[in-house]
Parts: sequence; C-alpha cells; structure tokens
Amino acid sequence: MLNQGLVTAAYIGATILFILALGGLSHQETARRGVLYGMIGMAIAVLATVFSAQVTSYWALAIAMIVGGAIGLRLAAKVQMTQMPELVAILHSLVGLAAVLVGYVSFFGDSGYYTGVEKTIHSVEIYVGIFIGAITFTGSVIAFGKLSARIGSKPLILPLRHLLNLAGLIVTIWLGSVFLNADSTMGALIPLILMTLIALAFGVHMVMAIGGADMPVVVSMLNSYSGWAAAATGFMLSNDLLIVVGALVGSSGAILSYIMCRAMNRKFLAVIAGGFGGGGSSSAAAAGDEAGEVNPIEADEVAALLSDANEVMIVPGYGMAVAQAQHTVNELTRYLRDKNVNVRFAIHPVAGRMPGHMNVLLAEAHVPYDIVYEMDEVNEDFPDVDVSIVIGANDIVNPSAAEDPTSPIAGMPVLEVWKSKTTIVLKRSMATGYAGVDNPLFLKDNTRMLFGDAKESMEAVFKALSI
Amino acid sequence: MKIVVPKEVHAGEKRVALTPESAKQLQKLGFTLALESGAGAAASFNDDDYRAADVEVVEDTRQLWRDADIVMKVRPPEQHPQLGVDESELLEAGKTLISFIWPAQNQDLMQKLSERKVTVLAMDSVPRISRAQKLDALSSMANIGGYRAIIEAAEHFGRFFTGQITAAGKVPPARVLVIGAGVAGLAAIGTAKGMGAIVRAFDTRPEVREQVQSMDAEFLEVEMDEDGGGSGGYAKEMSDEFIRKEMAIFQQQAEEVDIIVTTALIPGKPAPKLITEAMVKSMRNGSVIVDLAAEQGGNCELTEPGEVVVRHGVTIIGYTDLPSRLATQASQLYATNLRHLLTDLTPDKDGVINVDMDDEVIRGTTVIKDGEITWPPPAPKISATPRAEKAQPAEPPKPKQPLISQALQPVVALIVGGLALFGVGSVAPESFMAHFTVFVLACFVGYMVIWNVTPSLHTPLMSVTNAISSIIIIGALLQVSSSNILLAGLATFAIFITSINIAGGFAVTRRMLNMFRK
Repeated sequence: MLNQGLVTAAYIGATILFILALGGLSHQETARRGVLYGMIGMAIAVLATVFSAQVTSYWALAIAMIVGGAIGLRLAAKVQMTQMPELVAILHSLVGLAAVLVGYVSFFGDSGYYTGVEKTIHSVEIYVGIFIGAITFTGSVIAFGKLSARIGSKPLILPLRHLLNLAGLIVTIWLGSVFLNADSTMGALIPLILMTLIALAFGVHMVMAIGGADMPVVVSMLNSYSGWAAAATGFMLSNDLLIVVGALVGSSGAILSYIMCRAMNRKFLAVIAGGFGGGGSSSAAAAGDEAGEVNPIEADEVAALLSDANEVMIVPGYGMAVAQAQHTVNELTRYLRDKNVNVRFAIHPVAGRMPGHMNVLLAEAHVPYDIVYEMDEVNEDFPDVDVSIVIGANDIVNPSAAEDPTSPIAGMPVLEVWKSKTTIVLKRSMATGYAGVDNPLFLKDNTRMLFGDAKESMEAVFKALSI
Repeated sequence: MKIVVPKEVHAGEKRVALTPESAKQLQKLGFTLALESGAGAAASFNDDDYRAADVEVVEDTRQLWRDADIVMKVRPPEQHPQLGVDESELLEAGKTLISFIWPAQNQDLMQKLSERKVTVLAMDSVPRISRAQKLDALSSMANIGGYRAIIEAAEHFGRFFTGQITAAGKVPPARVLVIGAGVAGLAAIGTAKGMGAIVRAFDTRPEVREQVQSMDAEFLEVEMDEDGGGSGGYAKEMSDEFIRKEMAIFQQQAEEVDIIVTTALIPGKPAPKLITEAMVKSMRNGSVIVDLAAEQGGNCELTEPGEVVVRHGVTIIGYTDLPSRLATQASQLYATNLRHLLTDLTPDKDGVINVDMDDEVIRGTTVIKDGEITWPPPAPKISATPRAEKAQPAEPPKPKQPLISQALQPVVALIVGGLALFGVGSVAPESFMAHFTVFVLACFVGYMVIWNVTPSLHTPLMSVTNAISSIIIIGALLQVSSSNILLAGLATFAIFITSINIAGGFAVTRRMLNMFRK
C-alpha cells in the first residue's frame, strides 16, 4: 500500500514523462523514445493509483483492464493506415464516454462530502466535465461514422441551426443553475440527465453540420475536447495529474485545430458553425467562361513524361488513401529515384482527413521521410519541377484560391502545382472537391488529366515505365 | 490522292516539307507520296531515305507537278530558276497547294493563284487557338528562329555567355535583352539562359510576364496602364506615350547589355523601329543585335535584311532565314505540322481531303478555295490569351477597420484575462486556486511543447495524446472500490473503455512510428 505522498510523487514522475513524450514528437528520431516515455508514464500513474489506499477492488479492475487492453491492442494491430482517422475518432469517443461515467459516479459518490462554496465548485466541475465528455462522445461517434463513410460526408444543415445551438446552450446554463440549487441528490439528477441529453444531441448536431473537407479540424478539435474533459475530471477529483495531462492534450488539440484552420484560411468558428460550399456558384460560373478544355492523357504518355523529367513532385490527397495507391506510388518513386530523377513529395497541411494523414500513409508504404516535404518547404520550387503528379487531391491545388478573390477558398494557401512545366492530375472524374469549388487547374494548358482509379493508373504508369 | 513535294527553289532555302518520318504517317492516312529528287538533301534527308519510306522519287519537276493532287511546299510559289516559269503556273486547276503564302504581303501571288482555280492552304494563316497549336507552323519556325538567333549571336559575340571564375581571371556573364516575348522571344530567352547568360525581356503584353519569369528571366515593363494584347495572341500598336517610355527603357538597356534580340512584329504592318542608331552607338564595342523582324523591315534602324553588318562596332544580324539555318530540325517540325493539318483534312483516313469550311481551323487556314479568295477569314471566336479584364487584378478588398486598433489588442486581452482571474480568485477557495494554477501552467507547457511537433508527426501526435488523455482511467480507478454496486459497475466499465484507449492508442502510435524511416 502506498501512502499519499508516494502516490503524488509517482504522479509528478508521470507528468514529467508525459511532457517528455509530447516533446519527443518534435523529431522522427526521438519520436519512438517519446512514445516509450508516454507508456512508462501511464504505467506508473496507473500502478500508483491501483496500489493507493483508496483502491481495493482489484479483481474488477484487473479484468476490465486486461480485457480492454487486449481489445485495444487488437484494434491497433488490425487497423489499416488509411483508416487511422476513423480509429482516432472512435478512441476519442471512449474518452468522452469515460468522462461522462466518471462524472456521474463522482456525482453520486461524493454527494454530501463537500459544503458551501466548495460544493458549488465541485458541482460546477461535475456539470462541466459531463457536458464536455458528452459532446466529445457523440461528436466523435458521428465523426467516426463520417470518416468511415457510414454516414454521408455532406454537411447536414438544419434550418435555424444556430438558433438551435444557442437555445441548447441557454437551456444548459439554466439547467446548471437548477442543478446547483437543488436540495437533494435526486432533485439534482434530473437537470443533470437533461443536460447530458442536450450535450449528446449537441455533439451529434455539431459534427453532422461539418463537411468532409473540414474533417481534419473536427478530428483535432475532438482531440482537444477529450483533453478538456480529462482536465475537468481532474478538477472534479482534485487530481493534479489529470488536470495537467488534460491541459496538455487539450492545448495540443487546440493548436492542431488552429494549424488546420490556418492551412485552409478559415476561421475556427466558421468551421465549427459548419457548412461549406454555398456561395461558390458565382465563381464556378465564372470559371466556366474561361476558354479551355480538359486535356486527357494516357498512362504510357505519363511514363514518357516521367522518364524525361529531372524533377518530379508528387502531391497526394485523400484520393490516394481511398484508392490505397501509396504502395504503387512508392514503387514508382523508387524506380525513378534509381534513375536519378529527383522525386519529392509535397504535403499540404490539410491533405487527407486528419492532420499528418498523408505522412502516415507514405511512411506505411516505406517512402523515406526525408523526401516528404511540407507545403512551405517546397512551394517555391514548383517552377523548377518538370512534372507534378497530383494524386486524388483537389482543393489543396486549386489556383483560384490564389487567383480568384471571389472564390470561397480565396486566400487559402495552396500547393502551386500549376507553376511546374507539366501537371498530371489523377482523378476519378471531373467532380469538384469537398469544398464544392470548380478547379481551374484542370483546364490549364500544362495540365493533363489521367482519369481512373489512382491505384490502377499508377500501376499502368509504372508498367509502361519499366518496359 | 497524291501528295507531291517539289524541291524548294528560293535561294538558300534548305528546308523540305516532307521527312521520311512524316511520310509514313501520311501513308497511314491513305495518301501516296512523291518527292522531287534531292529535295531533302539540304536538310540531311537523302533520296534513299525517302525511297525506304515508300516515297516515289521523281527527277522531272514538271512531271511531278502534273501528277500531283496536293503540293506541299515551304516557301510561297515563285519564279523557277531552271524551268523559267512561275511555280504557280505549274499548278493545274482543281489542285491544292499547302505552303507558307503570306497573303497580306503577296497580293499578286494570291491573284495569280486565284486565277489558276486552285485551293490554297496557307500555313502562316493557321488560327491561333488551342486546338490548332499542333499545326501552327509559325510557332514551330519562331521557336527555331529564337534558338538560332542566340546561336548566331554567340558566333559573333567575342565572349562567353556564362560567367566563370578561372585561373586566368573572372569572366562576367553576358547580358541579353530580348524584345518581344512571343514564341521566338521565349525560345531565345530559354537558349540564352541555358548558356548561362543574364536575360531580360520586354513585352507590351503584361500577360506574358509570368511566362518570362517562369524561364528565370527578368521582365521589364513600362509603368503604364496599357495592354498590348491584340486579337489572336499577337501584339497591337501602342500609343505614342507608351512608345516614348518604352524607348527610354531600350536606351538605358542598350548601354547595359551585350546582346539584343528583337522579335517585335505587328501582323500586317512593317516591324516597329525600336532600336535607333543612337542606341546602337551607345552599345559597347563587340555587342551583337539579332533582328528577327528583318524580313518585315527590322526592329533596328540599321538592320540590313539578309545580311550581317557591323555598325559603330556593333554586329547587326539581319538574317531572314534563321529556321532554314537549322534545316533538319525545321523540316521535321514543319513536316509534322503539315501532317497534323492533313490529319484534320482527312477525317475518314481515306486519302481524300475534305476542305471543310465550317471547321474553324481549316476555314482560317484556307486562303483560296477553288479559285475564290477567302482571305482574310472572319475573326477567330476564341483568343488564345486571356481577355483583358482578366489581366487586371480585381480591386483588393479594403481591410475592415478593426474594432480595436492592433496595438491595443494585447493590452485589452491582458486586462480581460486579469479581470477574469481576479473574478475567479475572489470567490474560489484556495484548494481550487491551487489546481487552477496547475491547469494554467500545464496549458502553457502544452502550448510550448506542441508547437515544436513536426507536421509529419501530427497523426502520431493525435493518437498519442488520445492515449494519454485516457489518464481519466485514474478517476475511474479511484471510484471502482465504491461500496455502491452500481457505481462500482459504472467505474469498471469506464476502466474497461479507457483501457482499450490506452493500449490501442500507444500500440498504434508505435506501429506508425516504426514505419517512418529514412
């Protein structure tokens, strides 16, 4: 049995290890060690808690942890790298659900323990903790549904949705005051349950209203919420370890959301308020006037272009993930690099469905990470590039963001592929991207369209190259 | 139908309208081919090459013209030096001639051809629209001309193009000014750049700025709102004010640069005089001017068409046959342009041409149809260049006046934050404030740490923070020993799901990180 002092000491150690874990992720070289720190920190924190004086039900927790851990390991081993966003979303929902559960248990278990201002504060902490947890839970479940295509990725726009949200918030606050002033546990339970239901509905509604292209923001936002939920739980339980870790995770998610929003040149609130793609019709019509037609190309012509090129830039997007083309892309890259063609990858911050999605896919296919660059590192280099290959990306290479001030995505930083000598766009069809904006890139003189499934197209190009 | 290719009779013309390569392609369209003996010799294609490609090689020129259904040439028909007749007279009624014609400059020839009741397609009249690019012989020839202009300049220029630092001293790079950034101008820029020179370019059309800059050359422009883009991708004549400013730029450049390549042409007009004698005088000794507009009178006052002259120590090259000086390449490109035209003319691939006057490209190219002059064609519907309004960027939206001025914002934020803290501190008990301190500090630590995370590791960051946020398990662990069986059950369930999260989150992060490798 550990005394309280030892437990606290263990928590301090765990806190430091968690900070080191996040710090380690600043470089690929130190990332693996960072994760190890995180695991040790978690182990210390859990063991210290288990062996503290308050815990006696070893059987129940052992079974729950072993079964849960086994399921988690299995999920992690089985998941395809293209499904990472879904996995992360569903795991977030678990944190949210746990926060709700812990909140309720705390509500029942600690009643009568506090008095006066302390009781009020404790109640507020429970109330806020459950509120955030519930939003995180349903929001993540919906995000999971959208990412795994179980739910359509089109934003669901209810009439009066802003009013609806506002009404929900006001009712929540009103319920909160009822909750605080309730005399009995049962009297407080009803507003608490009502608030939970509203929060659950709010989580559903919020994510339903967000379109597929904004998913990176949503995923990182939910990441942030799961952190705040943990921090709120920490306040509730007066546990500094939870507060610190919750704050770390919360600010991490918030920063990621901010980076994603900046990469799309959108206001965070605008993303959360949802809906994207309206108002694009005027510029779409204007783009239609532009003289120009789509120039299709065949795989063997692409191969010929590539074999004459010295500088090749590959710009992957969500389409590459959908078609699972990353392995073929790697084979092609390796072949070209053996022929002394300088092949590089340019990754837009919001390419894919979650932050860093493309990097993970390319890493899975064993593309060396030192030829994978961020947008800011290579955007200047496009004029020197002989061939750019855009694989299943659309909005992130849309020149109207830079050239057409009336475009809904105007001002969004984009990869300037059209400045390269030839741009090859692999695409299923001429459909618009998630932003619903027409892409004048496809009509440019130096753009060639290779229609079809990205994987099959890349295979055909590779075959034509290697004979 | 039979296509015949006579030997070019113009003095010094080395190009030929057919190559063995294009012959094979034309045969696939169903044509039979004949060529005058020795027609390709100057472009390094000998008769045996053509015979190998199943082209009949004919010695008798009159016989050749007589057997023809279609005659393909490079130069417009002119007096045949050996036969003593004009080539147009060899062409019988009902036949088709495809060559350069220059109908605006050659009214007499047009009249003569029209009287012969023939059909004439002029390779210089191909409309400049995207679809017709593959048969745009002017562009092909201009490209060669621009390249050759730099090669000619290099021959007459006494120094390296590229800058070098050698044991024998430092060599500055040559400075090249290209006036007119059309096809020829861009080819000249590319060639000069490739040889290591410093290149500047001038053009009246602002839309070519990007093309010039894309070739790593400096774009000079007149600071004035006037767009020099005319219809069909050509330049138009500019106002006097504009020309005055433009000349000032040239005067200044003449003193600085070593080589000037001029390519300024306005369709149907004599070439504008851009380089005055005074400018030539101000150039350094040994400088070179290549005047690609020499045939239309030249952009330089001192140009003598067809000649190389030295004036005031400056070599002025006025060759009018630059494409012909690269005869093999020029023949290949020209023959390919002709082949594309014939492909358009024989949609059925049956060896019979159909001069379809509803087809915009064929309509524009055909200058005489069955003896009737059809030149000039109606204006092309679509311009190859963006319209003028596109060139002018829209008025940038005025930034909104911020509610609070920029400098005050942090101050306001600090005051608001301070008041909020004060508000919390005034009501909250000490124990809460202790936790709150930890919370705020942790937020700052998180902020500092996360900004250092490399973007390529954002996904591992999310999965690891997800695993870490399962620290909430501690809350559940502390509650699991509750005496209330329902609460203990809820806590056990919370432990269960957070365990999934911890194990899954860490394991998948490890899996991902193991994939990142050099």
